[in-house]
Amino acid sequence: MTNEFVLEAITREFPETVISSSEPYGMLTIEIKKDDIKKVIHYLKDSSLEINFLTDVCGIHYPEFPEKEIGVVYHLQNMMTNFRLRLKIFMSRENIEVDSLTELYAGANWMERETFDFYGIKFKGHPDLRPILNMEDLGYHPMLKEYRLEDGTRTDKDDAMFGR
Amino acid sequence: MKDNSLSNILNQHESKEQIDGQLYTLNLGPTHPATHGIFQNVLTMDGERILHAEQTVGYIHRAFEKISERRNFAQITTLTDRMNYCSAPINNLGWHMTVEKLIGIKVPKRVDYMRVILMELARIGDHLICNGVTGMDAGAITGLTYMFIERERIYDMYEQICGARMTTNMGRIGGFERDFTPKFHELLKDFLKTFPARFAEFGQLLERNRIFMDRTIGAGAISAERALSYGFTGPNLRASGVDYDVRVAEPYSSYEDFDFIIPVGTAGDTYDRFMVRQQEIWESLKIINQAYDNLPEGPFHADVPDFYLPEKADVYQKMEALIYHFKIVMGETDVPKGEVYHAVEGGNGELGFYLVSDGGRTPYRLHFRRPCFIYYQAYPEMITGSVISDAIVTMCSMNIIAGELDA
Amino acid sequence: MSDQKPIIRTDAPAPEGFEGEGFFATKLSSVIGMARKFSLWPLPFATSCCGIEFMATLNPTYDASRFGMERNSFSPRQADMLMVCGTIAKKLGPVLKEVYTQMAEPKWVVAVGACACSGGIFDSYSVLQGIDKIIPVDVYVPGCPPRPEQIIEGVMQVQALAESESIRRRDTPEYQHLLDSYNISNEGK
Repeated sequence: MTNEFVLEAITREFPETVISSSEPYGMLTIEIKKDDIKKVIHYLKDSSLEINFLTDVCGIHYPEFPEKEIGVVYHLQNMMTNFRLRLKIFMSRENIEVDSLTELYAGANWMERETFDFYGIKFKGHPDLRPILNMEDLGYHPMLKEYRLEDGTRTDKDDAMFGR
Repeated sequence: MKDNSLSNILNQHESKEQIDGQLYTLNLGPTHPATHGIFQNVLTMDGERILHAEQTVGYIHRAFEKISERRNFAQITTLTDRMNYCSAPINNLGWHMTVEKLIGIKVPKRVDYMRVILMELARIGDHLICNGVTGMDAGAITGLTYMFIERERIYDMYEQICGARMTTNMGRIGGFERDFTPKFHELLKDFLKTFPARFAEFGQLLERNRIFMDRTIGAGAISAERALSYGFTGPNLRASGVDYDVRVAEPYSSYEDFDFIIPVGTAGDTYDRFMVRQQEIWESLKIINQAYDNLPEGPFHADVPDFYLPEKADVYQKMEALIYHFKIVMGETDVPKGEVYHAVEGGNGELGFYLVSDGGRTPYRLHFRRPCFIYYQAYPEMITGSVISDAIVTMCSMNIIAGELDA
Repeated sequence: MSDQKPIIRTDAPAPEGFEGEGFFATKLSSVIGMARKFSLWPLPFATSCCGIEFMATLNPTYDASRFGMERNSFSPRQADMLMVCGTIAKKLGPVLKEVYTQMAEPKWVVAVGACACSGGIFDSYSVLQGIDKIIPVDVYVPGCPPRPEQIIEGVMQVQALAESESIRRRDTPEYQHLLDSYNISNEGK
């Protein structure tokens, strides 16, 4: 099961969906259209490719590309043949919602909640989409690049000593 | 998907009037002696039976991923320690391997074997705590106190390598900061000689103990299909019958040179998880023996002057060493742009590092695939319908480490 | 590395008093101080890595039970000493304050580890930068994590406090003022 074989299978099944593909450090990475992600992952799970383990879901923010500002990265694998695959989708800040995978993988529940908590990406069809790690009343999605790391309300730090 | 919502469960009872006043809510946590960590479960119970569990995590959220966007690659090692702090070297060395994969460094064979020895020692330490604590929560405190003595001996060995006991910050990008000291060899030989007998004693205390078996067999069972759907990896998945181990599936750091089996359970209950971890400790001892007997000669770090600090004597005398030292300490070395995902077999399963670099000094995005976070969401499914004592023993045997859960 | 190393004596001297055949007369406060000092029951509020070092302190190699800490009380009502080991996030702050308020007098608080003392290495939006923002602290044990010997030294400092403080500390106006500054009420203790 090589990268070319899987890429060919996906492009044959979903000809309009694949935007680009590459192989950084040997792992097949495919960027696909946002609306087709659930169909592609469902196909990968049910077909003979048997890519049926969802390793990870995470978000990413590129403020310098307004059309493709927020991304979601899915890592999948086939445990029998040790094949790993990375799927990426991008969307703009205004259109920040995507289908949820909780019907396919039970484990996507918390992974998507974490991504929502950090980036504000809404997952359609998620049974319980609310912040998981941060406090409910935090009020913003902290991993976006425009927010600072430190707590803005500290009064005891002397900025002159910290080189700011 | 099974609808586990409370309203569905309540609908299964005869009528609301019948159940009003019969169900009660028990708040297990966040600070609870049996939870070994800070996470909350609000249980709805009918007598002793648990009907529904509502989880809250995030009580120790330290924003690792946001912090790591502002630290350079060597500083992030200290953050990785504090995720699964019971087996910190595995996290450290896994991170170094990720950065080496990004940069394209190939480390010498000796470094690989040294890493294997330390990672397996860390795995032994992690499993000792988990099994000791499972015994303690079933009532047998002695096992934990004896196994902590063994953990102190593992700490002594860590101190020889990196100076710290638990949050080790071990190794450097490209290898190690120093070779194994003579004292380390002595401690390791002593450990390999005397630990098996003491560990066998601990096994005798619990493995075929009637009370322990009655407590744990059947408690918190999960089938292999549900476990795979949830994304389980590690001993919890192996207890359900799936023999997936990252060390065998995608060997890293020369694991393919070693001969070991992957212990696998059948029922996926607490007893199987306990026994899988017990057997994994024996397998880790086998690996350490093989690695130590065949430890190759050679340098203990790769020749990458851009990332590995030069000898101090050279820094004072040679110009290139001075410049490299300055650039490394100020964090001004360039890394290639790219994205890499590297997974190692942590104490709890597949610990993955997804690193996106834009060529700067710090990662653009670093995401940790934390096994605890992913399998803890299955906990309500595992305990619904069981009694509360089973729920406690299940939680201990799953080895939930709060640092890894929240990161 | 202090030069006032605490002297460990298993035959601790008796407090000052008047001795005679078959009796020993001393101040009630000295006896109570001695009793409190040697029977501190900790409440291990262990959140993260320092919690494992605390467990190492309780286990045979460093054995904290020789200091009277045999019984770790997880119930705040029966505990004397709140040992906060590990990072406290802002989400956990109210829980910590609640546990502290539920503890019965006399009570002491030990902040074990850099995260409890001042936020540690986690200078981020979600971590409380030191528990003394929400509860009063008696002893700070720095370290990341502190060695068990350091935790024991922290406990011995609490012992020194327990022995020498006034036995009705809770009624002194300074103490009331301190608790008021944290908005903690001292009613009914």
